Amino acid sequence: MMGKNSSACSFEEKESDKSLSVAGRRIGSLVRQLAATSMEGQADRDGDLRFQPTAGSAVSAFQHLEQAPEDPILGVTVAYNKDPSPVKLNLGVGAYRTEEGKPLVLDVVRQAEELLIQDRSRYKEYIPIAGLVEFNKLSAKLILGDGSPAIGEKRVATAQCLTGTGSLRVGAEFLSKHYSQHIIYIPVPTWGNHPKIFNLGGLSVKTYRYYDPRTSGLDYEGMLEDLHAAPPGAIVLLHACAHNPTGVDPTQDQWEGIRQLIRLKGLLPFFDSAYQGFASGSLDADAYSVRLFVGDGGECLIAQSFAKNMGLYGERVGALSIVCRSATVATRVESQLKLVIRPMYSSPPIHGASIVATILSDRNLYYNWTVELKNMADRIISMRHQLYDALKARGTPGDWSHIIKQIGMFTFTGLNKDQVSFMTAEYHIYLTSDGRISMAGLSSKTVPHLADAIHAAVLRLG
Amino acid sequence: MAMAMAMSRSNAGRGIRLMSTSGWWKAVEPAPKDPILGVTEAFLADTDPNKVNVGVGAYRDDQGKPVVLQSVREAERRILGKENMEYLPMGGSVKMVEESIKLAYGENADVLKDKRVAAVQALSGTGACRLFAEFQKRFRPESQIYIPVPTWANHHNIWRDANVPQRTFHYYHPETRGLDFASLMDDVKNAPNGSFFLLHACAHNPTGVDPTEEQWKEISYQFKVKNHYPFFDMAYQGFASGDTDRDAKAIRIFLEDGHQIACAQSFAKNMGLYGQRVGCLSVICDDAKQAVAVKSQLQQIARPMYSNPPVHGALLVYSILSDPDLKALWHKEVKVMADRIIGMREALRGNLENLGSPLSWNHVTDQIGMFCYSGMTPEQVDRLTSEFHIYLTRNGRISMAGVTTGNVEYLANAIHEVTKSSEKELKAGAV
Repeated sequence: MMGKNSSACSFEEKESDKSLSVAGRRIGSLVRQLAATSMEGQADRDGDLRFQPTAGSAVSAFQHLEQAPEDPILGVTVAYNKDPSPVKLNLGVGAYRTEEGKPLVLDVVRQAEELLIQDRSRYKEYIPIAGLVEFNKLSAKLILGDGSPAIGEKRVATAQCLTGTGSLRVGAEFLSKHYSQHIIYIPVPTWGNHPKIFNLGGLSVKTYRYYDPRTSGLDYEGMLEDLHAAPPGAIVLLHACAHNPTGVDPTQDQWEGIRQLIRLKGLLPFFDSAYQGFASGSLDADAYSVRLFVGDGGECLIAQSFAKNMGLYGERVGALSIVCRSATVATRVESQLKLVIRPMYSSPPIHGASIVATILSDRNLYYNWTVELKNMADRIISMRHQLYDALKARGTPGDWSHIIKQIGMFTFTGLNKDQVSFMTAEYHIYLTSDGRISMAGLSSKTVPHLADAIHAAVLRLG
Repeated sequence: MAMAMAMSRSNAGRGIRLMSTSGWWKAVEPAPKDPILGVTEAFLADTDPNKVNVGVGAYRDDQGKPVVLQSVREAERRILGKENMEYLPMGGSVKMVEESIKLAYGENADVLKDKRVAAVQALSGTGACRLFAEFQKRFRPESQIYIPVPTWANHHNIWRDANVPQRTFHYYHPETRGLDFASLMDDVKNAPNGSFFLLHACAHNPTGVDPTEEQWKEISYQFKVKNHYPFFDMAYQGFASGDTDRDAKAIRIFLEDGHQIACAQSFAKNMGLYGQRVGCLSVICDDAKQAVAVKSQLQQIARPMYSNPPVHGALLVYSILSDPDLKALWHKEVKVMADRIIGMREALRGNLENLGSPLSWNHVTDQIGMFCYSGMTPEQVDRLTSEFHIYLTRNGRISMAGVTTGNVEYLANAIHEVTKSSEKELKAGAV
């Protein structure tokens, strides 16, 4: 049914319909005009306009567009999938795998889903623009800690967003609209998607030194120098823990030094917290850096992701929290966050956030979650030790202690592009060309194969 | 070295506070309240037993309750415990997208056979529109978007945040509460060749006023003459007439005429999947190769926004559309929703006419979809709220989904009360 709003008509109707509206008569004459002058249409005997498409269709509005390059990280999996070798190993993907190499859905997640499907009183409609209220409260509590004064004083504006990426993007757009400084400093290296997120969010990107290839550790001095040289008010992206891709984190003392400098210079910290609990196995320990900063009463932004620590990757669950100086400011900030979110996707997806809220608000589920989380973190730490031991056993040249010093899902091996290509070609091991391996993709069975490959690569192309 | 040592040795360091004590957000103004959601908030706060919420843009059954479709419940049941929650590709669920574009363009559409459709999963209708706006900005930076007057308010926000300049075109005719077709066609003709136009595929939001089939054909023809780019926002397929093919008629006409359109689809209303945020953006291309290229570029826009879309809602949509029985059930349920709304339109109009209203209420049944643009003034709306506890947006838009057999008489009485005196104005020709 097209709706009977006005009387478009054919020739014959027009002649006989005395009650035709002004609009209807006008349309009739319009039709005749089009029929008379059209180059491409052919008015038939009755005056109805029949359109006859020209033989050559108009050129596409997007004719000039080229194919975008493959995503470097996802391209690794594409290549892996094509490889027929039975010993192939995928160490590119940033998703947890079990000892058997399978993806894992946490037991608590399955239990939460069961509870949700039974609950007939659940939200059936749009959730608020800033997301589920309960989820937001629990997420903020998780990262800031029970009894955080910032929460008690209602100084935290939280919005549910689409995991880490979405939280970073909403935060960037908010800053580009409401903050006086539009420069963000990001570490070198960092997750490949960071620069694009901030650029498209309206910020310009500068870098600060972070990783020291000579030590496979933190270039603390370089980091402080670069942040010291930043203009006042500049935004600084900090990986809360388990730096991606290097796995290199500042020590507690170093965090304190970084905090002092940032506060001294009036820089604005923006934390990316994608691995809370997943790095060390302890939710509190992995939140240390964030809590240190919030504890001094200052302001910051925090992007939280539940992709890894709850295994909810595809559900896109996360939160952006902005810690403000006062409750009134926090309320205003939250209202402005909604204006960023509404024209992006109106409101966030309900499913993943409901699962998280269910788990975080239930003592038993919460406890069981911490156990499962520790199991995942422990397995990864165990893989680190096994790989280190295997390389030592083979007498592979070089210092490989960074494998056990680094933390989180990834190890920055220090291998170069050629060595990586060699490992792929000769040993069917797939990793990103920067030498980053996902420890989550390893198992006790496959560690020897990887150790052999690294050993051969270092000897051949060291 | 020196700086690091200084930082770690300094005892005073622990006491370092912020450089300024005034905070960075002092200048942040409180944002204006969302006009639509503000209505629901006020409604919830009202304690009057007769209160009616006809501001809400979500379907309600005849008891005024939100509905979860049986087909959706069954799909939920089937996927429970089986979803593995891994990342979807950046373009979303390929299987869901395939079903989605079949629904929009017709299963046997040539564009599908020829693989000329670049399509990605999007965050419901809003997300699909935003992806397209960003895409338009990136690849046609000199272009602007023509938006109908009126339209869903968020359309303006979306293209603004994508930095695409906006123009408007005539659409709604207040005098007739119908389509201002002549002015619409003038605007189409006067726009520079190759302009981008936003068209509501069916059930125009907020007016409920749609072009007839013949009018769509004329619009399509003129678009060809002018080489305009048609972007369709289709948020109500099936929900308007009860028939998904019928509601996609405008799109099918444009396809037949050889246009290369883009389409934003939402499953929020027609599957009741509001909170799941499932939708699809499709762009028709010259050929399969270009479709691959366009899809890759759409993915590049999604990646720095949310990386990849949520999986749960996509699984629900796919489960329903790919299973013949579930799909048939869904079609039935959509028709029930559409029919209830059409029935309420008839009841409201009938009641108003029986009350002897001096005004014409034909538009209540002429218009289609969830909303009725009543023609009431903001002052009349305010009276409806303050005297009768009836909540709607001040543009006079009534959500028919909020009308039930239980409240339609009350609603009609109230509307009659606040509008009957405008007979004077009508006679004076002011309306």
